[in-house]
Amino acid sequence: MKVAIVGMGWYGFRPSTPEVSFREMVFEAASRAYAEANLDPRKDVDTFISSQEDFWEGISIADEFAPDQIGGYLRPTFTVTGDGVQGILHGIMHIKSGISKVTAVEAHSKASDILTIGDIVEFAMDPIFLRPAAPPNFHFLAALEAKAYQRRTGMTEEDMAEIVSIEKRNGFGNPRASYAANLNVSDILSHEKVAEPLRRPDIADFVDGAVVVVLASEDIARSLTDDPIWVEASTFTETNYPGYAELGEAGYLRGAYSQISKRKFDGYFVDDRYSFKLLEHLGVFKADPLALLREGQLGEGGSAPTNVFGGLLSEGVPLEAAGLTLALEAREYLRKGYSSAVVGSWRGVPTYTGMVLSMWR
Amino acid sequence: MIRYVPKAKYSYSAGQAQSVFLNGLKEKKILGTVCNKCKKVYVPPKMYCEECFKPTDGWVELKDEGIVHTAIASFVSWTRDRLEEPIISGTIKLYGSERDYVFPGMFHRICTTYDKVRDMSIIGAKVKAVWNEKRVGSIEDIQCFKEV
Repeated sequence: MKVAIVGMGWYGFRPSTPEVSFREMVFEAASRAYAEANLDPRKDVDTFISSQEDFWEGISIADEFAPDQIGGYLRPTFTVTGDGVQGILHGIMHIKSGISKVTAVEAHSKASDILTIGDIVEFAMDPIFLRPAAPPNFHFLAALEAKAYQRRTGMTEEDMAEIVSIEKRNGFGNPRASYAANLNVSDILSHEKVAEPLRRPDIADFVDGAVVVVLASEDIARSLTDDPIWVEASTFTETNYPGYAELGEAGYLRGAYSQISKRKFDGYFVDDRYSFKLLEHLGVFKADPLALLREGQLGEGGSAPTNVFGGLLSEGVPLEAAGLTLALEAREYLRKGYSSAVVGSWRGVPTYTGMVLSMWR
Repeated sequence: MIRYVPKAKYSYSAGQAQSVFLNGLKEKKILGTVCNKCKKVYVPPKMYCEECFKPTDGWVELKDEGIVHTAIASFVSWTRDRLEEPIISGTIKLYGSERDYVFPGMFHRICTTYDKVRDMSIIGAKVKAVWNEKRVGSIEDIQCFKEV
């Protein structure tokens, strides 16, 4: 049995959204997703999944706050402590196991409500071995990986700046790309280092936003649309401690990809919350991504079109909605007539957890 | 043993519905939203009807009076100290709704005696909000609901 995406909706994708509560933001995204799917969540959706993490919400046992805004009031609602692609993976399991024909998945970010977001990231680190030794800047964990990746591949700081420049420009025309900008390599290299080798423009900003995805079984999907987007998803956690990780190798994403059916992809949508991660993550799917960058092959029409709508460097990091944000990009890409796309998502520092979402028509 | 105090600080966006509600409290008004389809009234308000999954259709002002649905007396503080006087609180079903689905109602302190909680005579009693002179747009603008 295949599972398809039959509707997607989003709201926000701005640095702050003071006009809405997180619940109102999710309701807006859900309304758009159900309108696109032409479904009434109160009658047509069997299960609801919310992907969230208590410390991002600022509410412990935040899953109690999940149902109403996605139509799940007094209905089977299930929470996933993780990225929205992990939510999709659970939704696929709901449908393939036969307990559901239609499942809605949401993820959201109210990052602007978190006044001490760096401290929350620090709180996610190993309390005995990592936190006491950590520099007061959580980007050091990404810098460790960047340095390892540089040494292994020969990637330069100019290459990283080139990625930022391309991605920030790719965001122009993308309505979710609040951080799109016209920056050239020398603009980017003029910034001071945050954590060697990362400069401020190498690091995507946080953003508020909500994304809702409606999944359906094959028969329901075919009854709703002539052009369903079929999906397959996987997730993998490598470790929770940098000393145990193959830094710069994206082992978490390779582990996830190893579980997915192999197919040719027309486009790649990978977590680039740190510039170098675009290459590290693309390398899971394509050989020698650094050469592809230098040869100008990452744009539409190239041999490895990657984040052609700007990725997270342009759209921002919407916490657990990051994977679904990339899925929105992949969906846009398929709507242009392409046959397949892949999302390579990551939960960000301090995690070593990755997700793959394969999408095809 | 490794000690660590998390530095978790938040500034919660009240959003459209709750912002109007909180501003209403400054004016001694208790405002709710109503769904014209199912007639459900939401206090505290929501901008969407969870039952019909559609935007709510407008605002209604409820009386700052109602009846006590249930009440408790708490003798222990958040830090587990024994309180000299119990804190009495409960849920109050407010007057002013066309549809009686559990509530529209509020959880708040109730100005009454422990004896009335213990013998349950407070349940079903009519109560009215006691407003602070200085109101800032907070649920704390109401001191308590007092028997009338």
